[in-house]
Amino acid sequence: MAETTRKIRVLIAKPGLDGHDVGAKVLCRALMDAGMEVIYGGLRQSPAIIARTVRDEAVDVLGLSILSGAHLPLCRKVAEALKAVGRSDVLWLVGGNIPRRDHAALRALGVRGIFPTGSSFDEVVAFVRAEVRP
Amino acid sequence: MSDKRSEATPVVWESGLEVEPVFGPEELERSGGSGRIGRPGEYPFTRGIHPLMYRKQPWTMRQYSGFGTAAETHQRFLYLIANGQTGLNVAFDLPTQCGLDSDDPMAEGEVGRVGMAVDTLADIEEAFAGIDLNRITVSLTINGSAVAIMAMYFAMARKRGFDLATLRGTAQNDILKEFIGRGTWIFPVEPSIRLVGDTIEFCARHVPKYSPVSVCGYHIRESGADPAQEMAYGLAIACAYIDHVRARGLSVDAFAGGLSFNFDIHGNLWEQVAKFRAGRRLYATLLKERYGATNPNAMRLRMIAGGGGGGLTIQQPENNIVRGAYYALASALSGTQTMALCSFDEAYTIPSERAARLSLRTMQILMHEVGVTDTVDPLAGSYFVETMTNRMEAKIREHLERLEAQGGIVKAVAEGWVQAEVNRQAYERERKIRSGEVKKVGVNLFVEEDGGEPPDVEFHPYREEEARAQIARLDRIRATRDATRVRAALEALRAAASGGANVMPAALDAAEAYASVGEICGVLREVFGTYREPICF
Repeated sequence: MAETTRKIRVLIAKPGLDGHDVGAKVLCRALMDAGMEVIYGGLRQSPAIIARTVRDEAVDVLGLSILSGAHLPLCRKVAEALKAVGRSDVLWLVGGNIPRRDHAALRALGVRGIFPTGSSFDEVVAFVRAEVRP
Repeated sequence: MSDKRSEATPVVWESGLEVEPVFGPEELERSGGSGRIGRPGEYPFTRGIHPLMYRKQPWTMRQYSGFGTAAETHQRFLYLIANGQTGLNVAFDLPTQCGLDSDDPMAEGEVGRVGMAVDTLADIEEAFAGIDLNRITVSLTINGSAVAIMAMYFAMARKRGFDLATLRGTAQNDILKEFIGRGTWIFPVEPSIRLVGDTIEFCARHVPKYSPVSVCGYHIRESGADPAQEMAYGLAIACAYIDHVRARGLSVDAFAGGLSFNFDIHGNLWEQVAKFRAGRRLYATLLKERYGATNPNAMRLRMIAGGGGGGLTIQQPENNIVRGAYYALASALSGTQTMALCSFDEAYTIPSERAARLSLRTMQILMHEVGVTDTVDPLAGSYFVETMTNRMEAKIREHLERLEAQGGIVKAVAEGWVQAEVNRQAYERERKIRSGEVKKVGVNLFVEEDGGEPPDVEFHPYREEEARAQIARLDRIRATRDATRVRAALEALRAAASGGANVMPAALDAAEAYASVGEICGVLREVFGTYREPICF
């Protein structure tokens, strides 16, 4: 396939124990409809597995969905794991129940897009398209 | 006449049923007539499962609550009871729900966060200290690790002198819906169903007033199913458990009375009413005709109809107070036994005390001020309601037949067919809200441009030291309990699990010996393995 037609590759994953996956799965469909290639990791992914998948699947985008409130401890571990596999460059997004007061801390860890509950999937698609270099 | 009807705005319910602008005897006749309405408290229970319904026994009010440690949760329970709540619905934290101890590496950052942390019997004892378990009925929202938590609850009741033969209460314990939505599964599908079967059989024999399973259409609806599917999948799941327990040689009359249901109430008011009336009738029919039940108690669809979280919005959150009141009305008009409402702040936080109290007051106003309890099934006999109840029943049957064509609910869940179906609809609904085809006030209608930012998400403050204290408590118990007794109990549990005997007696012994949730579920994990999610879209 020619370089210019390569699809944007996305990994959507749910770290931690939270089982609420409607939002994550709906977003997967929206990204696929937008022409992207989507890998859905499923529930209870450890930060190490997420980072390995980011590396092995050579994804451009990592989207984590977290609704339990455990986003800060989880993202700290994911940031370390991404660094360990040399993929801190991945376009990292987080969605779910994310209080505004935690946004700065998440950005400091390397999260580039934050999409709290109530965001539309159009916003995510537009953000990814703008941020991933063709 | 007919050309005038064509001028009416078309109305189609989420379930796909069309609604005429005017209903009369012809529509009712064409839909199947009024021959199967029956009387309240009598087969097929269309009008309710009791002859006098709220005139004799008003619905139970049971808000979902629990957070942090057992001590904190205990305080919230006392507060709710003091405010007139008549039942308790316990939320557990995610490690407890996933069968992990508070010191498990996977539990880091999650201890006590979305519910009460439970490691051993000591936590259960503290949470319910001094509460009369027969006056305040307790519902345990626990699924994957239900064997461990039910065992601890029964052990606690027995230690406090309650007779298991008369103990009332409910466990959610519906693992099939966890695979479809909610996601706190632990073991693979088949052994998971077997464990549910063990609890049903154990309760039928030893805790006969207790409801060991509350089959949840609720979470399937929240995951994207329409109301007809919610009821169809709920009934199919109940049938799966019934099939399993019957295969052990028990008759439905001996155990089906212990099954209860949990359904959702958001969406179109009339559609919910039709769903519940049709569901009750269909369930009774299945129990009688398919399973040969003769005891009317086995044919009764008892339920909690509540929640409504999927209908609430983070935008203009006060609107959720009004939505909650309408959802409560739908529940009451549908003849529910128990009600709980999602609080108005639930779209962005674990309910504050004020919001939880408002939900309780909403139900109390409905019960005491506006006459909704005046007479049994007040909507019965309406051409509209009875016609749509008939059509809803036919629609639910269609979904049941589609499931059968997929090889039944167990196979359809194991292969991910139901999950894919439900997810596709969640996506469609999201698109329709975005396009305005589905109207949501404050989201795509009457949006307040100058309303400022929506309220920020808030969680129950998470305190590291609280998690550390919970772990220290677990360490203390491990150090002081009778280790030989724990080991023996866990080995007996392993033998029961691998040998095919009912695991509940051994689980109860283990709970009494202060074995932990992680240890009890750990033994079962070693025997059964863990579930692997089918990923399909």
